[in-house]
Amino acid sequence: MTHKQPVLDLSPPVSDEIRKTTCYMCACRCGIDVHMKADATGEMKVAYIEGNRDHPVNKGVLCAKGSAGIMQHNAPARLRKPLKRVGERGSGEFEEIEWEEALQIATDWLAPIRAEAPEKLAFFTGRDQSQSFTSFWAQNFGTPNYAAHGGFCSVNMAAAGIYTIGGAFWEFGQPDWDHTKLFMLFGVAEDHDSNPIKMGIGKIKARGARVIGVNPIRTGYNAVADDWVGITPGTDGLFILSMIHCLMKAGRMDLDYLARFTDAPVLVNGDETSPEFGLLLRDDAGKQLVICRKTGKLTAFDTPGVRPDLSATHTVGDITHRPVFHHMAEKYLCEEYAPEAVAGRCGIPAPRIRAIAAEIARTAFDEAFELDHEWTDFRGDTHKTMTGRPVSFHAMRGISAHANGFQTCRALHTLQIILGTVEVPGGFRFKPPYPKPATAHPKPHCGVTPGQPLDGPHLGYVHGPNDLALKPDGTPARIDKAFTWENPLSAHGLMHMVISNAHAGDPYKIDTLFMYMANMSWNSSMNTGGVMQMLTDKDANGDYVIPRIIYSDAYSSEMVAFADLVLPDTTYLERHDCISLLDRPICEADAAADAIRWPVVEPDRDVRGFQSVLCDLGARLGLPGFVNDTGGQKYADYADYITNHERRPGIGPLAGFRGADGSKSGRGAPNPSQLDSYIKNGGFFVEHIPDGAQYYKPWNAAYQHWAVKIGLFDAPQPYLFSLYAEPLRRFQLAAEGHGDRQPPDHLRARIKHTMSPLPIWYETDQSGNDGFTITALTQRPMAMYHSWGSQNAWLRQLHGHNPLYVPTKLMRENDLMDGDWARVTSPHGGITVPVLEMAALNENTVWTWNAIGKRKGAWALDENAPEATKGFLLNHLIHELLPPKGDGLRWSNSDPITGQAAWFDLKVKLAKATPPTESKPVIAKQKSPVPKAPKNLKWQTK
Amino acid sequence: MHPAPSVIFFSTFSGLGFGLLFWLGLGWPSPDGVVAFVFFAIAYLLAVGGLIASTFHLGHPERALKAFSQWKTSWLSREGVCAVAALIVMAIYGAGAVFAGEHWRVLGVIGGLLSLGTVFTTAMIYAQLKTVPRWNMPLTPLNFLSLSIAGGALLAGQVTWALWLILLAGAIQLATWIVGDTRFATSGTTLATATQLGGIGQVRAFEPPHTGTNYLLREFVYVIGRKHGFKLRVIALVLMTVLPIVLLLVPFSHVAGGLAVLVHVAGVLAARWLFFAQAEHVVGLYYGKR
Amino acid sequence: MTELPKTTQKKLGLVIDLDTCVGCHACVISCKGWNTENYGAPLSDQDAYGAAPSGTFLNRVHSYEVQPNEGAAQLIHFPKSCLHCEDAPCVTVCPTGASYKRSEDGIVLVNESDCIGCGLCAWACPYGAREMDQAAGVMKKCTLCVDRIYNDNLPEEDRIPACVRTCPSGARHFGDLGDPDSAVSQLVADRGGVDLMPEQGTKPVNKYLPPRPKDQMPEIDVLAPFLAPITDQPKGFLGWLDRTLDKL
Repeated sequence: MTHKQPVLDLSPPVSDEIRKTTCYMCACRCGIDVHMKADATGEMKVAYIEGNRDHPVNKGVLCAKGSAGIMQHNAPARLRKPLKRVGERGSGEFEEIEWEEALQIATDWLAPIRAEAPEKLAFFTGRDQSQSFTSFWAQNFGTPNYAAHGGFCSVNMAAAGIYTIGGAFWEFGQPDWDHTKLFMLFGVAEDHDSNPIKMGIGKIKARGARVIGVNPIRTGYNAVADDWVGITPGTDGLFILSMIHCLMKAGRMDLDYLARFTDAPVLVNGDETSPEFGLLLRDDAGKQLVICRKTGKLTAFDTPGVRPDLSATHTVGDITHRPVFHHMAEKYLCEEYAPEAVAGRCGIPAPRIRAIAAEIARTAFDEAFELDHEWTDFRGDTHKTMTGRPVSFHAMRGISAHANGFQTCRALHTLQIILGTVEVPGGFRFKPPYPKPATAHPKPHCGVTPGQPLDGPHLGYVHGPNDLALKPDGTPARIDKAFTWENPLSAHGLMHMVISNAHAGDPYKIDTLFMYMANMSWNSSMNTGGVMQMLTDKDANGDYVIPRIIYSDAYSSEMVAFADLVLPDTTYLERHDCISLLDRPICEADAAADAIRWPVVEPDRDVRGFQSVLCDLGARLGLPGFVNDTGGQKYADYADYITNHERRPGIGPLAGFRGADGSKSGRGAPNPSQLDSYIKNGGFFVEHIPDGAQYYKPWNAAYQHWAVKIGLFDAPQPYLFSLYAEPLRRFQLAAEGHGDRQPPDHLRARIKHTMSPLPIWYETDQSGNDGFTITALTQRPMAMYHSWGSQNAWLRQLHGHNPLYVPTKLMRENDLMDGDWARVTSPHGGITVPVLEMAALNENTVWTWNAIGKRKGAWALDENAPEATKGFLLNHLIHELLPPKGDGLRWSNSDPITGQAAWFDLKVKLAKATPPTESKPVIAKQKSPVPKAPKNLKWQTK
Repeated sequence: MHPAPSVIFFSTFSGLGFGLLFWLGLGWPSPDGVVAFVFFAIAYLLAVGGLIASTFHLGHPERALKAFSQWKTSWLSREGVCAVAALIVMAIYGAGAVFAGEHWRVLGVIGGLLSLGTVFTTAMIYAQLKTVPRWNMPLTPLNFLSLSIAGGALLAGQVTWALWLILLAGAIQLATWIVGDTRFATSGTTLATATQLGGIGQVRAFEPPHTGTNYLLREFVYVIGRKHGFKLRVIALVLMTVLPIVLLLVPFSHVAGGLAVLVHVAGVLAARWLFFAQAEHVVGLYYGKR
Repeated sequence: MTELPKTTQKKLGLVIDLDTCVGCHACVISCKGWNTENYGAPLSDQDAYGAAPSGTFLNRVHSYEVQPNEGAAQLIHFPKSCLHCEDAPCVTVCPTGASYKRSEDGIVLVNESDCIGCGLCAWACPYGAREMDQAAGVMKKCTLCVDRIYNDNLPEEDRIPACVRTCPSGARHFGDLGDPDSAVSQLVADRGGVDLMPEQGTKPVNKYLPPRPKDQMPEIDVLAPFLAPITDQPKGFLGWLDRTLDKL
């Protein structure tokens, strides 16, 4: 008998139509092709989702979360209709109401607040990808209390980057994947920009480039790293400063780069008696001063032809003003940063620190190369080529979520700068709208007038005590105490402090807490149990301490149960969005780009996109910017806003297809068919940066010209990298007694100590941690995004519960085997959870996947779902305040400079436990406001 | 491996049924009339009943006829073909005995051999699997065949044969266990060969690909009851061999004979449960379960 | 038919780079999505939102820790799907002929309308590449996206398996391993691609590229040439700086 086989149809139809939009499963914002098929009735249904090959971010690839979008879009956890609370807060008992009633309730609550005391509205957004819009709404409402989730996410990274180099890691910049030969990645929690980083790592490994991972946990990118440095958590800054020590001591620096493009040659005021002691010398126009090596004269840094001298000092009388570089040499050549001095604390042998420093230097300098691109810098000097230094760095939340994270991130940027690897071929590159220095960002605003908009944008970059958000009496102007002496540079606000401050009435009481897409009663808060208590606490009159809570979410999350009014959002395939250059765009290092979402299907539930609801609510409240000349609703919905809103003349949310005929890029009049043009173009818009403008962007005249042309800014704004952070020095000066605005006495010593203008490392506050010696960390799995994913039938099969990963040594010491349970305690609380051994882990660190644990009744899961019975949160162990020190004060568990939540400073101890029936603590269930999920799935759109 | 009741009952009872048919075919005994009818009815109930039981674990039993097509390569297909051939031949032979009092010897021998062949093909379904080293040895068909012939002898009332054959089957069962226990280790398949990562160092399964269960874990990574394995083996051996022999050695009575059959079958069922429950599929290595 | 073809014109398969796979599960879900909607019965899920969710997947990503004699333990992510073996034991055991290996390209497939759901092919597979769908009662396995790779309705560049198309780190490669000049064959030759469980005699077509040696950076002491101090004098740094700046 011969081989026989059936005849197959090898070219079956794939789908009836492809609709191209943007993914929403994380901050990557990949382009997706949504394959639609007509069902039996002819209605188009989502059938299959894959990456868009033409898209600048993902170039066709797509992660597990994105590929499982069909299950996200159809999840039974989707809310169906506005909800009004009928039971006690937290119970989950609601009645479904009509939109008109919901909007009337919201209007009735908010209108009096706006008329009398706008600050009594606290409006905070979580996984918001429309912050330029939501902040615009909040600003027009007039409350100072607006922020997104950056404060508990990674503001240290963002702020340190902006203050130092005028741009940050994450999706705001990227290694030059095409040229880099050594890629060094710091930090746990490898989430942001994940597909581009995976693509980049794949690309460089294919050509044999080296990847070094510095991370206590060897998962994900660190698993494929050629060299793994299993550092002691919280000591990255010390390790980096030690490498800086080695490089400086060996003279392995890019002196030319330092002299031309950084503040290393800028003179520091050396007059100890001056109120400007330690600030940079400036001329009358405010320009930093250097000594020109050719003339020996004091000269503004940007004078054409100037050759800033890294070495020369400036002496007036008996006062010598020394350049920043001298201060660096003095600080970093000191033996306290020698590898031998830091090795023990970092958990890295001294010879290994030297080896890595040497390898970095060898690659940066001995493998330097030239790109044949002529370019002209801001001083008018023309360079025949672009010098490549093929060493690139990137960092994740891990180094940022410590109370020393801001200085650690600054240290990393300093390392990049002395190697000359920022914005050069082979190094780290900015993505538009960056580079943009701190001085080009707004300052925070907190001027409240009842019935009027706020006096400016809420969030921004402070440059000294005068920019703090304080009331005339010196108390915090904001409910989250952002921009106060406790955390002066809190550029993203402190969303994680809002509920506890509102509950405590400190600095003042609020009326309505309005939140969007933020699971604050669960995984997005420290002290989860305490937060649930605060949300449900009542005063002596039996009224809730936080009087009103409005919440918008697409899904039946844990936070929904705590709302008084729930505004159901759409899924990502049912909505308009813009991923805007005014916000967090999808640019690449070589192109400006933005994108949209559009309703590829209409909702089958009575839900509305939250931003459209804000357009409606804004009009009902009569907010300027949301009503037209006749007092009617200005924007019919979010799509209308995206198309017609102008932030500055000619500049709108979307940069592409502007002008009446859609022919303009960047600047141009609103185009009524702009969204159609985006849809035709695959859901995005790209404008490439010209060849000669690709690198050296902060100083490259061609780039500056292009950026102005496209509307990123209105005039060229070249600047020097800030090795020396003057804003920090201004706070130190205040702490030393200079100036009118003075810090409270209990903060003086800390401000002087932590706000060093040159990066330092300090041990985070360990008081109360006696006996708690193990660091406990979380990160999210690549196939889940924080709380999202458990409602997804496919993804939850991958990560349905989370063990605590325990290093081999601690497993043995505690007589633990895989599958055993352990009692894990911190100074704040305890949890009992299953354990799993992990050898590729820092020997004094435990960790788990974040937000797999779910509350019973949430996310339309069965009460006995493993997420609720075996899954757990580490959050129960973390408090938003440090343990009492006995000084009568409670210090917040955050970075003293930015207020970033110090999630990763958590210290615990563990002991073997008798296996309980469920992980502890057990939280009472919430009633599900959505119908029971189906038992089995056989998904096929035919 | 998952000890599916359908497969345990099938292999046990069809083994017995075909064993009985084997003896009937050889003419030991050679009953006719009603007695023959009773013998053949028992044999067919067991054999066909077992075969029907085996279809219970199929996803699509209504397509079972397709399973006769691949006899050139598939032991399962061969089993089907062999079983049908044996049943047809023995039906003709049996009809002769029941209705005509005729014993067509050649037909009987052919049918008897086909019956044994059926048991052999059943055993080969398991013995062919390199993926289950415990099964992948000549002792597996010997085990099945010896139990089938011994059980058949018992049912056929061939007391002397039954005595010796049960003893032999017990010995082979013991050998199957003892040798079987070493098979996985000597198969050469390890986590290192499965992952090809052994060159770097000691390999250990870390996080599984999914936190829940799946078909593979349910079907191939059966671990419950293993610790009771030794106890169950003793029980199985006592039931299948020791007790029947004792019962056969006491003066013959139908009660003792019937009891011998029952305890023997119970022992074989226990042994067959162990056959599956203790079988380790190499895929378990990937899940760190070996 | 369950007889294996004597030869196949091509040996299409995957090459999986264990040096690059970051374990993101993108391939797992992309595969689930495509194959739920396409070839044969959808990949069903049981108790999808319940206490014991379990579903059919054709591709799974395992992870292993390897402890070298010296140095840090390593974590290796390990995607696994059908290896489309040349001597596919799953094919020959099939009683109905539902399982077969295509003579054109060597892809091992299940003709679902002939499958009786006996499960024997899954028993015969050492790799766990086949899963019985609990809703459809038929055996499911990787089709190497046979309904993509020749599909005229897809653009040419998309005629690759869904898992390969979606893999963000480029750890999955698709091609003809029977052609020694193909890119995948070259990759296997260059990187020392290996067979899984070679002792099982299945002759897998899919190959695995082993992880490159890790943690090989030699530790160096203070006097190593790359980091030799420029001076031992306390004030020496500024002197060196001046001398160096003069040369710039």
